Amino acid sequence: MVKKLLFICALFCVIVTLGIVFLLLEEAVGFFQQVSIKEFLLGTNWAPMFEPRSFGVLPLVCGTFWVTFGAALIGLPTGLGIGLFLNDFAPSWLRNLVKPVLEILAGIPTVVYGYFALTVITPWLQNLLPSVEVFNAASAAIVVGLMVLPMVASLCDDAIKAVPRSVKEAGYALGATKSEVATQVTIPSALSGIIASFILALSRAFGETMAVTLAAGSTPKITLNPFESVQTLTAYIVQVSTGDTPQGSIEYKSIFAVGILLLAVSLLFNMLAFYLVKKYRTVGE
Amino acid sequence: MVKGIENKSNDQRPFEPSPPFAIEAREVNIAYGARRAVLDVTLKVPEHTIVALIGPSGCGKSTLLRSMNRMNDFVNNATVTGEILFRGQNIYESGADPVSIRRQIGMVFQKPNPFPTSIRKNITWGPKINGYQGDYEELVETSLRRAALWDEVAGKLDESGLALSGGQQQRLCIARAIAMDPDVILMDEPCSALDPSSTLKIENLLLELKDRFTIIIVTHNMQQARRVSDYTAFMYQGELIEYGPTDEVFETPRQELTRDYVSGRFG
Repeated sequence: MVKKLLFICALFCVIVTLGIVFLLLEEAVGFFQQVSIKEFLLGTNWAPMFEPRSFGVLPLVCGTFWVTFGAALIGLPTGLGIGLFLNDFAPSWLRNLVKPVLEILAGIPTVVYGYFALTVITPWLQNLLPSVEVFNAASAAIVVGLMVLPMVASLCDDAIKAVPRSVKEAGYALGATKSEVATQVTIPSALSGIIASFILALSRAFGETMAVTLAAGSTPKITLNPFESVQTLTAYIVQVSTGDTPQGSIEYKSIFAVGILLLAVSLLFNMLAFYLVKKYRTVGE
Repeated sequence: MVKGIENKSNDQRPFEPSPPFAIEAREVNIAYGARRAVLDVTLKVPEHTIVALIGPSGCGKSTLLRSMNRMNDFVNNATVTGEILFRGQNIYESGADPVSIRRQIGMVFQKPNPFPTSIRKNITWGPKINGYQGDYEELVETSLRRAALWDEVAGKLDESGLALSGGQQQRLCIARAIAMDPDVILMDEPCSALDPSSTLKIENLLLELKDRFTIIIVTHNMQQARRVSDYTAFMYQGELIEYGPTDEVFETPRQELTRDYVSGRFG
């Protein structure tokens, strides 16, 4: 009885996944009947609403790239640093303070992060550099970096905690300082967990929607300037699905094509994580 | 200071080995918070000898050993009082640098703990971070030869140290300690995780290493203590009960407690 019940639970998750993929594919097929895959993937102009319409997705990819890249730049090293600090350097009272703060940080709704970007980070950036636009990729990147930070810190903390004490002691017994042990023994030993946390964070930043929709704006463009307004893949989907786009129109269908792209890249991230984790698994039996 | 200590050391004159000493513990007390693990231990370890620390589990022998290169620094709320002299310097005096002390007093642990990297890097890492200037290839070979491991690993220095058998891993850890060219090597039950033939190899190795290093070994195995050590210290409930030449401690112990322990009556 219990076995059957549990089987149904497991089956449920498979069915939902398949259903989502099927829905995405079905609508996207309609889209790709009108726009070639080549035009979609390699086109440099994204103008789905106005004539002449153009469905080159690269401007959205560019916006997403800026946000993901910037978030990684901020979130990954800081998260790793926090994990290392909590394990090997922090006195226990500080650890007991930082851990719950990280959990609170992880529990803040993403829309609040978006507000924070708009009302705090962007004005702060504008203060530093007056040419910064109200909506800009940098502000979104910073806030997404903060958003993934607790996850990276917590996963790195776990990975580092799993490094056997005996291996660190071996380092100390050879006359290594704390920082030599931390950087040359602990981190390499925890590498597989650290990499996994990084890729999960990238994947999360890549798919993040609410905060970037609020902070990065809705101007699809290819730009080298992170202080300009851009549009990410996810923000485009929000824009279309909250607008009055008629169902069945080409721009309606386009969000499924974008959705497929998001799904494919996320899948790629996960596979990469799986592969790297296996490759660098060095600790444990 | 501690009840029970006075009458024990008074009823017989303590054993006095002849100098020079590699390590000299003077009235050492070690506590973890309120729990006292080592009580007033005074112990002189002559150079180029093997000293075995024996005693039942929890008697403080590992704690004492780990205090000799300040590995206890990493244990929260461990406090050490008294003096531990290395080359005549108290390693606990303010200003003593635990990192440089550990370069000269190496350690081999209970469970083999090679770094998760190649055999070669396991050997070279310690010397490298300490700025060793010599020939690393030569250092790898000499260290592995001295640890009686060279013949088994010569062709696979770039393979992971973790791929070796338990006994080989432990000899790799010894080679790694030797590569630092320390004065003293502390060994914390180095054979407890190994099979008898690996244990025998390591015991023979210890006898060879004695020429170059002073070795202090904690062991549960009384036969091992008899086979390898020149001097034996018996500890019980944190106190050093008896210390003397190994033959005397095992054959004509002065204390009844020692006699009971070495004859296997408890522990």
